Amino acid sequence: MTDTTQKAAVEVIPAAPVPAPPTRRTRVRRGVTPWLFLIAPLALLITFTYAPIANMIAYSFTDWDGVSPELHSTGVENYREVFTRPDLFEVFWVSGYYLAASVVQIVLALYFATILSFNVRFRNFFKGVLFFPYLINGVAIGFVFLYFFQDGGTLDSVLSLFGVKSDHAWLGTPVSANTSLAGVSVWRYLGLNFVLFLGAIQSIPGELYEAAELDGANRWHQFRHIIAPGIKPVLTLTVILSISGSLSVFEIPYIMTGGATGTETFVIQTVNLAFRFNKTGLASAAAVVLLLIILLVTWVQRRLVPDDKVDLV
Amino acid sequence: MNRRTVLAVVVGAALLVPGCTGTGGSTKGADAAAPTDPSKVSGTIKVLTVRTDLVQDGTLKKYAAEFSRTYPKVKVEFEGITDYEAEVKIRMNTENYGDVLLIPAVIKKSDYPRFFASLGTQQERAKKYRFTDFTAVDGKVYGQSPVAVSPGFVYNKRIWKEAGVTEWPTTPAEFVADLKAIKAKTDAVPYYTNFSAGWPLSSWTSVDGAVTCDPKATDKLAEGDPWAKGADLRVGDQLLYDIVHEGLIEKDPTTSNWEESKPRTAKGEIATQWLGTWAIVQFQDAAKKAGVNPDDIGFMPFPAQTDGKFCATIGPDYNQAVNVHSAHKEAARAWIDWFTDKSGYVEDNLALSPLKDAPLPSVLQPYEDQGVKFIELDDAQGAKVKQIDNESEVGLYAPEYRQKLVDLARGARKGSLDDFLADLSKRWTDTQKNLGS
Repeated sequence: MTDTTQKAAVEVIPAAPVPAPPTRRTRVRRGVTPWLFLIAPLALLITFTYAPIANMIAYSFTDWDGVSPELHSTGVENYREVFTRPDLFEVFWVSGYYLAASVVQIVLALYFATILSFNVRFRNFFKGVLFFPYLINGVAIGFVFLYFFQDGGTLDSVLSLFGVKSDHAWLGTPVSANTSLAGVSVWRYLGLNFVLFLGAIQSIPGELYEAAELDGANRWHQFRHIIAPGIKPVLTLTVILSISGSLSVFEIPYIMTGGATGTETFVIQTVNLAFRFNKTGLASAAAVVLLLIILLVTWVQRRLVPDDKVDLV
Repeated sequence: MNRRTVLAVVVGAALLVPGCTGTGGSTKGADAAAPTDPSKVSGTIKVLTVRTDLVQDGTLKKYAAEFSRTYPKVKVEFEGITDYEAEVKIRMNTENYGDVLLIPAVIKKSDYPRFFASLGTQQERAKKYRFTDFTAVDGKVYGQSPVAVSPGFVYNKRIWKEAGVTEWPTTPAEFVADLKAIKAKTDAVPYYTNFSAGWPLSSWTSVDGAVTCDPKATDKLAEGDPWAKGADLRVGDQLLYDIVHEGLIEKDPTTSNWEESKPRTAKGEIATQWLGTWAIVQFQDAAKKAGVNPDDIGFMPFPAQTDGKFCATIGPDYNQAVNVHSAHKEAARAWIDWFTDKSGYVEDNLALSPLKDAPLPSVLQPYEDQGVKFIELDDAQGAKVKQIDNESEVGLYAPEYRQKLVDLARGARKGSLDDFLADLSKRWTDTQKNLGS
């Protein structure tokens, strides 16, 4: 018995050269440090994203009008109403315009990103030009383009410079209005897609191009076999963003037409329900449904196009 | 605890937070009594307003300076809010929504006592002021509009004269004929819809009452079908439809511009717009700025006569009220009384006064000459109309309904006017039935 204790005591002493085990305080500090760093973003995220979403979900089960202190739980009544009113979903046809526009947008962005990733004169200037619209506030863009499409406005003047006498009311009919608005959206978001693509393209090692050139590949071959597979994950991301973006268009049509002339989107409709007709409960339910639709679309898309690792070399 | 549980707990806590929102505000039934001694009232009060223009150009400050002569210890601050309805609605979920505010349209009348302090009994206030029933709940009044407004057409007298029209049209058909004459004989746009801004179109709802000269028009909205043949709204909508259908409006309504429409009307590029008496002063200002004669701006009632006389409704503008949570209710009350009775705001705006014994403003002299009958709409059923309107999502006071009507009339939307109005009246009457049961 005494023997063992002595042995143990002896054993402890030679351990000295090994770095001392961290004290309790340093261990606590190490554990806490990352959380301290995370406090600010987490607090913001929870306050401005998760808490409002939780609120919204809670409201979607009530008949709240947005201001009255009284609210009653109505169970799934709001959801029943959303799903039994086909008129609420008709507005999704409008998203078709934006979806078509986002195809154009992705193709254009890819085109410009590819061109500007090679050595082109003034390439930094052009990068700036393309990215600039994305930096402008969406509301400002709405107002600018309202003047642009006005009768005798910028678009008409520019067209008349080319001898085209246009007497077209650009926002006058549903088709023309939606096309014009989708065009504005392309102009605005092209820059973002472009930058994403450009970043992805530039992360492809330069030797690959050199090797390809030595093998006699032209620019198209380089694009087809190096760039396209290299940026596939970013491309998938962009497509997801475009689809969810098309389903939830808001700023541009809201500022420019307020949803008139067949340009109403699902989000505008939701805002109107909440703030015009004071059906905050129903509007919350509609918003939750939109969220679920977007999640569903994303999930389906991920199943169809799995995100496999790309290996260029 | 591993990281995942910590995260789950934090998120879970966040999910529990909303459980306690939206149920505050149990105070009910405070009074904002008028101060007896002006020199003793004190405090800093904040006044919320939609008139951002008057806040910016310092006009409201001048009123405040004038006010502090009578009430030396009260300091008045203003906060102009552009998107008033939406913003104030959200702020009213807290206790901090100014000391004096304009009652937003979204607040249910039955909730007034929760949000505002009473200004007195209806019986007593009705002796002096108009429109007390618009804000009265259980015999107590909660708001007072500083001005009264009457809807009507702002028009350019010179252009109408050039087109050979000197008498006000007395029927909708005559009105359309006159607009056609303006189109034929002048370069002016006969009628400007302000489609893009939206609210000038929604103001067509205010034809209600003027067409049939019925002070009980609001009751009819609540109980009857607003789009039945010969009903006020239908007559108004038919007129708007005809104007648009005959091509008597601006070329591209979707890009119309409200601010531009003021100087253009003053200069005679636009002949007519359906607005209200409140607009006259703005158009005259625009005329002065554009260097044209402000007296060209005229105002006429809806083209309909009852017993050989035109009829014009008068109603309140936004009603000012005292926040029930205000710490300086006396000062706030003093401001409302002073602003309504003594500030000269009514005269400065060439507006109708909400005081019963006040004379008509000079711009409405032609109304007096023509013997236009003024009626004050009874608002006993106002809350019900609002409820039906929200429930049915018709949106009598929202732009979409008339924007669709205009689109229909100019062929940008398929369908006929009859079907469109029939659909509205079906939704309206169905909701009436649902709420009744």
